[in-house]
Amino acid sequence: MNKVVSGAHEAINDIKDGMTLMLGGFGLCGLPEKTILALAESGIKDLTCISNNAGVDDFGIGLLLRNRQVKKMISSYVGENAEFERQLLSGELEVELIPQGTLATRCMAAGYGMPAIFTPAGIGTEVAEGKEIRNFNGKDYLMEMAFDADFAIVKAWKGDTMGNLVYRSTARNFNPVMAMAGKVTIAEVEELVEPGELDPDHIHTPGIYVHRIFKGENYEKRIEQRTVRKKQ
Amino acid sequence: MLDKEGIAKRIAKEVKDGYYVNLGIGIPTLVANYIPENIDVVLQSENGLLGMGPFPFEGEEDPDTINAGKQTITKLPGSAVFDSAMSFGMIRAKKVNLTILGAMEVSENGDIANWKIPGKMVKGMGGAMDLVASAENIIVAMQHVNKAGESKLLPNCTLPLTGIKCVKKIVTELAVLDVLPDGGFKLVERAPGVSVEDIKKATAGKLVVEGDVPEMAI
Repeated sequence: MNKVVSGAHEAINDIKDGMTLMLGGFGLCGLPEKTILALAESGIKDLTCISNNAGVDDFGIGLLLRNRQVKKMISSYVGENAEFERQLLSGELEVELIPQGTLATRCMAAGYGMPAIFTPAGIGTEVAEGKEIRNFNGKDYLMEMAFDADFAIVKAWKGDTMGNLVYRSTARNFNPVMAMAGKVTIAEVEELVEPGELDPDHIHTPGIYVHRIFKGENYEKRIEQRTVRKKQ
Repeated sequence: MLDKEGIAKRIAKEVKDGYYVNLGIGIPTLVANYIPENIDVVLQSENGLLGMGPFPFEGEEDPDTINAGKQTITKLPGSAVFDSAMSFGMIRAKKVNLTILGAMEVSENGDIANWKIPGKMVKGMGGAMDLVASAENIIVAMQHVNKAGESKLLPNCTLPLTGIKCVKKIVTELAVLDVLPDGGFKLVERAPGVSVEDIKKATAGKLVVEGDVPEMAI
C-alpha cells in the first residue's frame, strides 16, 4: 500500500487534455501549489477545473489560466484575478459559478457514493434555471448532482506513505471533500511520514481515498490579504 | 447619519449571548469590534472555522489561518476547524444563529441581490446563496442609496437575486428597518439627525411608518 511517487511530475503523468480536475484550497490557502506548477509546465490543455476560486494572476490556478490551459472553471468566487475576468468577458473561458456550499457538498456526495444532493441554495435565482426542484416539508430544494472528476488534487499538512492525511488549520477547507471525490486522488504534503507515525484518531482523510502522495519542497504559501494589528 | 462604524455598532446590539454568528465581508466584519465584552459569542467563518479571533500581531501571520475574506486571522481557545462541506452543513442545518451580510439591493418582500452586476462585475456568490437560503435570522448591513443617489431598498430587486424572501432586518446609515412578513419595510429606528421624511425620500419600496419612530441609541 505504498502510494508514494517521486514528485508532482510523476503524479500528473497520465492527466490528459480535456480532463476534469478538482483542486483543493480556499483562495491561496491550502492550495496544491506544487502540483499546479507541474500542470503549468506540462502543457496539458482544455481542462475543466473545479475549485472554489481561480487563484490570482501569478499564483495558483491563475498560472493555468494565463497559459490558456483551462477550458472551463467551476467555482463559487473568482474575484482577485484580472486575467480570469478578461477571459470570461471575452468569452474565451467558460465559467460556471455555483454556491460555495453546493460546491463542497457536490464533492462530498461524490466521496460518499451518492448521486445527488438537495439544497435550498439558489432557489429563486438564476442558479436554479433548468434544475429539478423538490419540495420537502414545505420548502423548495434544488437537486444538484455529485461531481464526476477524473483527478482530485489536494494539499495536506502531513501524510503517511499509505495516503492517510492530516490538514492544518483553515488550510483544510475543500481538501478533505475533494480528496474523497476524485477517481484518482493526488495528495501533496509538507511532511511525509511512515505508517504508524500519525495517530489513527487524528487522521482527516483515510488513505483509501488517496492514490498518489508526494512531499512538496519549499512551500511558498502566499498570503492573499495580510491583515495584522499593532502590538500595544 | 451613521458612518460604516456606526452601522456596525448598531448591528452589534442585535448579537445576543450564546450566539454563533456568521459575518460577511465589508461592514459586517466590523461588527466583531463592537460585540459587548460581557456576552459570549462564537464567530463562524464559512471556509471552516468556529471561534474566529482578531487579526494576528505583525509578524505572527499564519498563511494557513484565514477567514472567508481571505484575511489572516487568529484562532481562540475553544476554536474548531472543519472542512467546507461541514461548514455549510452547520449553516444549512440552522446551527448558526445570526447571519450578517452586505447587499446591493433588498426588496420589500425580503429578496436580496449582492453577487452580480451583469456586464460589469462577475465575481461570484461565494457562500452568500447558501447562507441566505438557510439562515432564519439575517441582518443586512448596507447603504440606503447608491453612489448615484438611487434607493437600494426597492419594490423589486433589479439585479440578479442571491435569495428570495429571506432578509428580516436592515441597518443603513439612515435607519433600522424590519421586513414585514406580508411585504414592506417597517421603519423601526432613525439614525441620529435623520428625519422620517429623509428616510421616505431614500426608500423606493413600500415604507411603513407607525407612530413616533425613535432615534437609535448607539
